[in-house]
Amino acid sequence: MTVPTTSGRIRLLPTAALILGAIYCIVPTLWILIASTKSKTDLFSTATYLPSFSAGIWHNIVDLSTYQNGIFWHWMLNSFGYALIGGVAASLVSAACGYAIALYEFRGRKVVFNVILACVLLPQIVLAIPQYLLLSNVGLTDSYLGVLLPQLFNPYGIYLCRIYAASSVPQSLLEAGRIDGASEWKLFHSVGLRLMGPGLITVFLLQFIAIWNNFLLPFVMVNSDDKFPLTVGLYSLLRHGAAEASLYSLVITGTLLSVLPVIALFLSLQRYWRLDLVTGALK
Amino acid sequence: MAARNRAKLPYLLVLPAVALLALFVVAPGVYALVLSFQARKVTGGLLGGGSKLVFVGLDNYGLALADPELWSSIARMVLVALLFIPATVGFALLFALLLDVPRVKLARSSRLAIFLPYAVPGVIASLMWGFMYLPATSPIGGDHIDFFGASTVFFSVANVAVWGSVGFNMIVIFTALRALPSELYEAARIDGCSELRMALRIKVPLVLPAIAMCTLFTALASLQLFNEPNTLRPLSNAVSSTWVPLMKIYEDAFVNSDVNKAAATSVLFVIAALAVSFVASRTVSRVNR
Repeated sequence: MTVPTTSGRIRLLPTAALILGAIYCIVPTLWILIASTKSKTDLFSTATYLPSFSAGIWHNIVDLSTYQNGIFWHWMLNSFGYALIGGVAASLVSAACGYAIALYEFRGRKVVFNVILACVLLPQIVLAIPQYLLLSNVGLTDSYLGVLLPQLFNPYGIYLCRIYAASSVPQSLLEAGRIDGASEWKLFHSVGLRLMGPGLITVFLLQFIAIWNNFLLPFVMVNSDDKFPLTVGLYSLLRHGAAEASLYSLVITGTLLSVLPVIALFLSLQRYWRLDLVTGALK
Repeated sequence: MAARNRAKLPYLLVLPAVALLALFVVAPGVYALVLSFQARKVTGGLLGGGSKLVFVGLDNYGLALADPELWSSIARMVLVALLFIPATVGFALLFALLLDVPRVKLARSSRLAIFLPYAVPGVIASLMWGFMYLPATSPIGGDHIDFFGASTVFFSVANVAVWGSVGFNMIVIFTALRALPSELYEAARIDGCSELRMALRIKVPLVLPAIAMCTLFTALASLQLFNEPNTLRPLSNAVSSTWVPLMKIYEDAFVNSDVNKAAATSVLFVIAALAVSFVASRTVSRVNR
């Protein structure tokens, strides 16, 4: 085999290494796809890496959809609800706070910002149990609000919004608006928010994924299974499955169905991921 | 009118964030602190049958620290972290450098594929890998390899965590690489510098701040290890109910109903996490300089 020595040749070794990495990352999803085509009995009896073509996947989806009156789809809806409402609300809170800190001089500005910065390093997850104990005193546990409210404060989002507001909203534009007689509120929502748009989408996506992926907070906060997000729901299904192996194929199918929509969402929104913003925060 | 508004608006804009901070970070923190100094003591005689919270000073901290289960859970967490942190940061750096090599094929799709697990919740990732480890369903030789052995279970847990976090860290380092001025490379190439030498001598030192930040994030993530071992637990006996510190805190609070001891452990845990963050962020800023 002759490898051309010109500068146009493909770099074989780096390409191969990257492909290996990509395969490692895709294989579990691919295997879940194969496993969910198998019926309860095939799952343990057929070659594990070969799909089954006996319409097992359809039966599995039907089984899953009828399990406890379709509670799986309820979990799916809950997850989307938590992530969508929480993501939008948290982004707005972050945008308002970041914008104010970046563009106004006011008393307490430094203190607020430093406290928020410290919270970035504070593991939110250890707060879950104290949050539960506190919310149980006001009767907010086992409610949708109990899962939503603690996730609206996103110190990292505020930090990113501050950086983004400082770099994308010029003071001179606000001054011009002021001379034209625009109110500060109007400047915020029609100039500030608009200019911060692209960065806000990233903040929203980060928060959406964070809430979608969250397990410990809803696991601690919610007891009734009709309020579970997918993560807690599938975990509880797996726990029942430990006693009853026939539930394994339901767990596998549920896992597939829960992964596919986020992957689709993720791929379709990939051009909105402004990850340079995340790294820009380093400088 | 405008001047008054101008003075008021920043406060109004900061208000929601500050209120949420007070309600969901400060208040639970203070509450946990208060609980950690209290214990439920039985009061009254035989018929009195009540109990009340009394101040017990540092008793709960003493109890928590004297609990051997806490120390073994910390030891397991450290073991997983020793596998998880270098593997995540190392592979993230490797893939970022490979993506930055000129004329590499399939770079875009590989980058996307490696980033994709970031969108998969830790619990779901553990479910997927759990079935891949399970001998009855394993496509990767679970009959021959015991993924839930006494020592292999650490690799199995770390692997799930690495799978979920390599991509995000890769993107952070890759973005930092892309921000470097390209003239730097041109000069080195003209001097006959190989891509490998260039990566090791020029690129790695210049993206050290990004590497340091990834290390800090990964270290914090390993402190919060919970989802992966907790989800693998129903599939194997290798993971106990107090396998890592957060599982131990959960067990104390909800299974043993000893909220006060759990609160004390949580407070200790937050102090440890803040100490790690502080030391690490000091190191990061030193590297930055």
